[in-house]
Amino acid sequence: MGTATGGVGLLTIFVLSVFVGFEVVSKVSSTLHTPLMSGANAIHGVVLVGAILITGAASGPVQLTLGVIAIVLGTVNMVGGFVVTDRMLGMFSGRRPGGEGK
Amino acid sequence: MTGNISGGVQFGYLVAAICFILALKGLSAPKTARYGNWAGAAGAALAVILTLATGHLHHLWVILVAIVVGAVLGVPAATRVKMTAMPQLVALFNGVGGGAAALVALVEFLRVAGDSSAISIADQTATVFTVLVGSVSFAGSMITFAKLQELMTTRPVVLPAGRWLSIGAFVAAIALAVADVPARDTGVLVGLGVVSLGLGLLFVLPVGGADVPIVISLLNAFTGLTVAASGYVLNNTLLIVAGTLVGASGTILTRLMAAAMGRPITGILFGAFRAKAAGPAAASENRPVRSGTPEDIAILLGYARKVIIVPGYGLAVAQGQHTIRELADLLGARGVKVAYGIHAVAGRMPGHMNVLLAEANVPYESLLEMDEANLELSSADVALVVGANDVVNPAARTTPGAPIYGMPIINVDSAAAVVFCKRSLRPGFAGIENELLYDSKTTLLFGDAKDSLGKVVAAVKAL
Repeated sequence: MGTATGGVGLLTIFVLSVFVGFEVVSKVSSTLHTPLMSGANAIHGVVLVGAILITGAASGPVQLTLGVIAIVLGTVNMVGGFVVTDRMLGMFSGRRPGGEGK
Repeated sequence: MTGNISGGVQFGYLVAAICFILALKGLSAPKTARYGNWAGAAGAALAVILTLATGHLHHLWVILVAIVVGAVLGVPAATRVKMTAMPQLVALFNGVGGGAAALVALVEFLRVAGDSSAISIADQTATVFTVLVGSVSFAGSMITFAKLQELMTTRPVVLPAGRWLSIGAFVAAIALAVADVPARDTGVLVGLGVVSLGLGLLFVLPVGGADVPIVISLLNAFTGLTVAASGYVLNNTLLIVAGTLVGASGTILTRLMAAAMGRPITGILFGAFRAKAAGPAAASENRPVRSGTPEDIAILLGYARKVIIVPGYGLAVAQGQHTIRELADLLGARGVKVAYGIHAVAGRMPGHMNVLLAEANVPYESLLEMDEANLELSSADVALVVGANDVVNPAARTTPGAPIYGMPIINVDSAAAVVFCKRSLRPGFAGIENELLYDSKTTLLFGDAKDSLGKVVAAVKAL
């Protein structure tokens, strides 16, 4: 768990990330709103990493079961999210001459 | 628990975090969007593999099997889903992510509460935040999924005393959350989860169908923050960076989307409570409309000089994008100027129509954004509305109190004639009657968009 100094360090990371997040998407054409939302959705699937860590340290059937559910849900979020975003974007690229949209 | 992550792994996490930033940056521009998504996927894969390889994990086989199960559930869903169903799939993925984060915080709490009482105030605050917001996001996303999948009504659901129920659930959730920061009690934490699920439900139920995409975006930002908070609980910098990036960019995106619809976010979330039963929804069932045969429509279109096509969700449902392209090509060959007027939020997601028409290889130059389309429409002979309703409904200009009032629309009523290709007189997703359907310059072509457009194509060929 975060110690006091670790806590402030983590808070620093949090605050700086907020600014990066704001900056990075400040100009987006409306065409890309949906793929961007979907891609961001896939990125928070990285909660899978957290789910793996807690399951790896779980003791007892309750923690293990809840951890496994979290892993399944996190994987669905991450893997499904990137795949569906790629499919959306694949349809855009189908417009290019010679490009074959699926 | 993860304080002893090695420097090598930390470095790997840093690389993954950079991938995520590049992903969001890439996804913001059309040329780089696909690479951006790949960068994100690469970062995520790197993070997962590093964690598996170096996490000193017990139950490794169980973990691997769970990952395979998740992939087996997620990948086919993502590859097989129809274009029209993509929004609800995104909502679903978002919901399970929120649920996963809530579970992560809960399990970590159970684990630590078992062997020591050394949970700092900050950690416990992050834990209750994760459980609260994660549960709201999970339940809310499930409701948006049900609405978009039309498993339930798409209209705002206003429960009797729903407003008080919502306020009650909100106060209860906050009270439980605040109480559990010093108490650190398992029962209270689980109770908080349950109340938060109810809060998520009550939060999304009153949202009207047309506003659901914005709610998905908002819940997406919520889930991002939840993941960040769970990262705080686990002392894991990658989760903090990734979750916060999504939370912040998702907030901006939600604002951009709301701006594209010309509505404040508060109006979307709480509109159903304020403007209840807005508009003359009933009492108009038996008014006369003028419907035409495909041949009538073909003549109208074939001898026009300028036609603007306004597509909507109905076109996506009918998978009529190739047929509409064929019709546009035929008309073009006859010397008719054809362009598409694309409303930013036509369909179920912003940009839905661009994706759909791109699939049918409609040239990018003939897609007009709303302002351009409105300029062209004033000199157009025919506006052909295919499966759209709310985005061309003049009630947005004329009926204060209508749920869509103030939303910028495509002014098809400024064209000399309007053709609606619709399945029925049923109101659109927002559930508002469209006066334009009864206008004297409007002709209706009833039926599935693909079928009826096919008939029009045949009739134009025969002209």
